[in-house]
Amino acid sequence: MRDASAQDLPLTVPPVPPPEQHDPPGAHQRKGAVEGSATWSLSDRIGLAICWALGLLFCAIAVAIVVYLLVQGIKFLRPEMLWTPAAAGFSETETGGFSDALFGTLIVAAMGIAIALPIGVAIAVWLVEYGRPTALARVTESTIEAIAGIPSIVLALFGTVIFSSTALGFLSRSSEGVVFGRSFFAAATMLSLVALPLIVASVREGLNSIPRHVREASYAVGKTKAATTRRILLPTCRPQVATGAMLGLGRIIGDTAIIVVLLGATQNFAPVEGVGFPFNYLRGAGTTLTNFVYEASPTGNLNQPQKAYAAAFVLLLMVLALNAAVDIVHRRARKVGTWSH
Amino acid sequence: MESLTPGTSEFRVAINPEGSRQPASPPPIRRIPLEDPAPATEVLPPVGGDADLPQQGSGFTAAKRSIKAPQFSIRRMEIDNVSVHYGAKEAVKSVSLPVRQGEVLSLIGPSGCGKTTLLRSLNRLTELTSSATLTGRILLDDVDIAAIEPTLLRRRVTMVFQQPNPFPMSVFDNIAYVLREQGSRRARKKTLEPAVHSALDRAGLFEEVKDNLDHPALKLSGGQQQRLCIARALAAEPEVLLLDEPCSALDPKSTQVIEDLIVRLRDDVAVVIVTHNLQQAYRIADHVAFMYLGDLVEYNSATALFGSPREQRTREYVSGAFG
Repeated sequence: MRDASAQDLPLTVPPVPPPEQHDPPGAHQRKGAVEGSATWSLSDRIGLAICWALGLLFCAIAVAIVVYLLVQGIKFLRPEMLWTPAAAGFSETETGGFSDALFGTLIVAAMGIAIALPIGVAIAVWLVEYGRPTALARVTESTIEAIAGIPSIVLALFGTVIFSSTALGFLSRSSEGVVFGRSFFAAATMLSLVALPLIVASVREGLNSIPRHVREASYAVGKTKAATTRRILLPTCRPQVATGAMLGLGRIIGDTAIIVVLLGATQNFAPVEGVGFPFNYLRGAGTTLTNFVYEASPTGNLNQPQKAYAAAFVLLLMVLALNAAVDIVHRRARKVGTWSH
Repeated sequence: MESLTPGTSEFRVAINPEGSRQPASPPPIRRIPLEDPAPATEVLPPVGGDADLPQQGSGFTAAKRSIKAPQFSIRRMEIDNVSVHYGAKEAVKSVSLPVRQGEVLSLIGPSGCGKTTLLRSLNRLTELTSSATLTGRILLDDVDIAAIEPTLLRRRVTMVFQQPNPFPMSVFDNIAYVLREQGSRRARKKTLEPAVHSALDRAGLFEEVKDNLDHPALKLSGGQQQRLCIARALAAEPEVLLLDEPCSALDPKSTQVIEDLIVRLRDDVAVVIVTHNLQQAYRIADHVAFMYLGDLVEYNSATALFGSPREQRTREYVSGAFG
């Protein structure tokens, strides 16, 4: 490479003659000089090589997981597993499917995000657009960061204290004053705390990325802060709201500790008698796919590895679908365009 | 690399002319002058011809003023001894100015000299900055704007910003948003259509976008976006239109379109424009106020201020001595 040698020479060397006279035909295909790592120092080149290798390694790990689960899942997943509840039995053929776990996951995800999304968006809007008094805003920020850092098993333990109290007996199974404290309500409420910090962070990022003059343009035609937030800011942050919700859903779907402690981790729905639908199910115990995979894995109580793979495969598909949804939302947002800063 | 970057061999030659390493062919870089350049000579404007041109050697040369003298002028706003502080820093110092309909008032001056702050205080946008305090009075049709509810005031005194900032919705909805009550979605598209079309028409945009009213506004060109912002500001049927360097992000062609538009608008609304571009101020303004470090140095008609400034600082600024 000629440009590389020109770079390496000391600064005082006169500039090389114009390239047109020396370049062989065909060398003009690439216009202008491009910086390549050939001129870098050895340590920089080694660093770059390590980055490359690590990137490839992580790609390989991800591909390995997906491919392995894909193969195992396709091998063991039978469609009827999706609508057959788990049953008692001695072999994998007798124990039914995991429909209750699948529905449990869907219920918990829907309820958890239904609680977390409005609260998370509201907190983010308050933090970015109002944030007064400042001290309270700082405290709120730290609190949310703290919640994000709490292991979910600790949240679960705290949840048992709350939901076993007599005052909240109407949210779970209770008999003769004793509150069971395990129900879809209890699990979804604590799971919403797991999703909340992700939603707040994502929406805050979205709001912060809107230039100040856009808000002012709305105020400058006589709009209130509330109207601006509803009609301009939140619609603009729709992709970030969606991203936060998807990330939150991913965390809810993937959580196991709260399910074990606060949902009872039964293999089937355990509806409460004498309560109308759907509250009999929501107040009762249940299970989710993560818990089913744990129980069905060789270390679990059920020890049905084939079903564990099948359920894990379904779980993986759900998470991949969420990722794809985030991608679509962002791609659609790009079509609307954005401001020059 | 064909050409060496500045600061390499050529620079060495420049600081050490006796050196033996004279490059065979000098690379195409700018030479750095070693001694002070000769003092810039004052460029006198061409004498005679257009009566509007500056006559008294202000050092300012500008394109021909093509606008006619205002047909009428009605005093709409009165800035009375206004000072604005940001914390302890005084951004605007006791400024008094009239704002008239039928005329374009231009605020000129170097960056950070309080032009934008003064402009923003006219529709109480300064209040959004918590550290800002305003003393003095600003009257809109003889009513103190402090007594007018901000949302009502901002519909009567609307503003266009430096960066084109249409809302991320369709062209139609950008205007419709202004026409609707606060956050409401009421007033159907059909009912709003005439008002939306008229606003776009007054901003000279309707012919270009009439077939794509549903397209996202942020996909328009920069100049179209800025005219959409002007249409949005006009949709509120304001009495005063504030423009904060509306052309600084635009190409010359769009700038000219917007300048023509501003001159056309001056009969319907009082126009106040902040600009860094002296030529622009000379082209479109009827009155010009020169602000320097928060002070209003000089307020005069555009021809007088550029042609024969009364103040030394104005003369220096319009001749390009600082800024």
